[in-house]
Amino acid sequence: MSATSPAPSRAPSSGRLGTVVRHHLFWPVAALVLLLAVNTVFRPSFLRVSILDGHLFGSPIDILRNCAPLMLVALGMTLVIATRGIDLSVGAVVAIAGAVALTYIARSPDPGSAGTALTAMGIALVLALALGTWNGFLVSVVGIQPIIATLILMTAGRGIAMLITQGQITTVTSAPFKTLGAGFWLGLPVATLVAFGVFALVAVLTRRTALGMLVEAVGINPSASRLAGVQARTIVWTVFALSGLFSGLAGLVLASNVMAADANNAGLFIELDAILAVVIGGTSLAGGKFSLSGTFVGVLIIATLSLTVTNLGISPLVTPLFKALVVAAVTLLQSPVMRRKLAERTRRVAPEPKVVAR
Amino acid sequence: MGRNFRRAGAAVLAALTTTALVACSSEQAPQAEENGGGGDDAATETISIGFSQVGAESGWRAANTKSIQDTLTAENGFDLKFSDAQQKQENQIQAIRSYIQQGVDVIAFSPVVETGWDAVLEEAKAASIPVILTDRAVDSEDESLYESFIGSDFVLEGEMAGDWAVEQYDGEGFKAVELQGTTGAAPMIDRQQGFADAIAGSDIEMIDSQTGNFTRTEGKQVMEGFLQKYDDIDLVFAHNDDMGLGAIEAIEAAGKVPGKDIKIITVDAVKDGMQALADGKINYIVECNPLLGPDLAEIAKKVVAGEEVQKRIVVEDQAFDQEAAKEALPDRQY
Repeated sequence: MSATSPAPSRAPSSGRLGTVVRHHLFWPVAALVLLLAVNTVFRPSFLRVSILDGHLFGSPIDILRNCAPLMLVALGMTLVIATRGIDLSVGAVVAIAGAVALTYIARSPDPGSAGTALTAMGIALVLALALGTWNGFLVSVVGIQPIIATLILMTAGRGIAMLITQGQITTVTSAPFKTLGAGFWLGLPVATLVAFGVFALVAVLTRRTALGMLVEAVGINPSASRLAGVQARTIVWTVFALSGLFSGLAGLVLASNVMAADANNAGLFIELDAILAVVIGGTSLAGGKFSLSGTFVGVLIIATLSLTVTNLGISPLVTPLFKALVVAAVTLLQSPVMRRKLAERTRRVAPEPKVVAR
Repeated sequence: MGRNFRRAGAAVLAALTTTALVACSSEQAPQAEENGGGGDDAATETISIGFSQVGAESGWRAANTKSIQDTLTAENGFDLKFSDAQQKQENQIQAIRSYIQQGVDVIAFSPVVETGWDAVLEEAKAASIPVILTDRAVDSEDESLYESFIGSDFVLEGEMAGDWAVEQYDGEGFKAVELQGTTGAAPMIDRQQGFADAIAGSDIEMIDSQTGNFTRTEGKQVMEGFLQKYDDIDLVFAHNDDMGLGAIEAIEAAGKVPGKDIKIITVDAVKDGMQALADGKINYIVECNPLLGPDLAEIAKKVVAGEEVQKRIVVEDQAFDQEAAKEALPDRQY
């Protein structure tokens, strides 16, 4: 599985169209375009972006802004999954980061100052990094399986967040902190710029240096890569720490979007959405090869799907079913077996019109 | 790989053993207390009451918990055993079973979901322990399984919200959208019903309705979608304050003024909601009273004394407009 997903793009093909269709990103992108098309057919102004109060405004901007937290979480998840791991604790870290930052701001003497907001963010991020490091320690040093190791924090994390907020939804008023989740810079949402910036940085670091290859090597065969001189333990430890850090940042974005830290609901089930985004993007859960661009498209699909439900006016009663059907369709389209079957069918049908033409 | 499995297995085992130990010790402790205190029960007439709370999912719930813990105190003649089910029915059933084993005088709980309670309630009945429901009802055909249900009338809350909307805005051709609570939850079904009944016959038109799961984040996202979809929303009815507060953020981000360009009506009246109402960003809030402690104490005493109690006790809910909120805000407990 791990080797097949990006491989077709390098395989020799009959024509340019074949190259495009065989690219590992073709089906996820096609699904995204189809979703956007359905929305636009239903409401022609869906893709319209206008300028309001000096910033861009419209459904596409909403998608870009609301996908930011999931983008950050899924980024860390991609790296973790690439090393054969999984991180179930991301949602809990999201809740803890939001709780810590807002509680700090709420108790500080000057909640509105930029210094307070920055300190709060700093504390939350350091804590998130520490939690990620803890996960990494359990997995790489103690040798606990990732699903169990991160389950510990997943279960305990919301309790910790609730202890911090004392069971209340903490609300604050702090203009500088609000900028992160709801502000705009150069007409674009700050949340999007931050998420995309971090994403680009990681993409460059993994694909322009040997780091990405080392991560894949550990995922394909940890023992072999260790014997070949790759510091497998350090790599695994690092990706879990990064996953914690990115989840913490996602928690700050989520909390500042509504200016409230909700220990119970912030980032609830985001681990599942993140795993889904990674899988839709074509990264195998078996570890090894990973595709950051695939994750990027996967996150956009999930964010668009949420808005589609509202836009099409789908009844809340069938929303889960609708989402499941779309996800099932996307994953089926990506399955090599299904694609081969589809291709055979088209090939069988294709000759007929040729005969008629002659 | 095999080694990893063994290690993981050992870790799980260790975790399980610890949990079991903790569970045992925590179960034994109150039992010992119960046995020790059993002798003075008759003398001081302390009522031991086991309460299983849904969880701590919202500000409303926190206020509800506080009210119960502050009322059912030793000074008031109660020995309260409190447990938090963390929104899981199995935890709640487990808690109720342990209360039955401990032989408490009264069991009270707020059911996480409506269905699936018959078996455990039968056990309580067999042990002759009276059960009182608070806040949420159970969907059981056998009403003899519980003594009383204390809580707000969610349909009435929806009606109060709808009546006010009709009174204020009928005749102006308002277009309304609805932010629903968690699909299938009793407050969501009943509030939607009540509001729809109340606006029937007026010219307020409900143009769209979508779930925001009672949370701010989803309330904001759904409202953003509505604002893109429709240019002419006049009124938002949110099934709780938190979704209404999320909607305020979305409306402001869309360059409109919440409370003026788009009117907002919510249910709950938690502190943040009341503050927004006083600030003029929300137009009307129907209270869903979380202070059930005093009612529960009274009913528990009556039940233990063997007096007849009503099957359904409706907690009185108030409603606030912006002026009333400004007056009420300084004295609010939650």
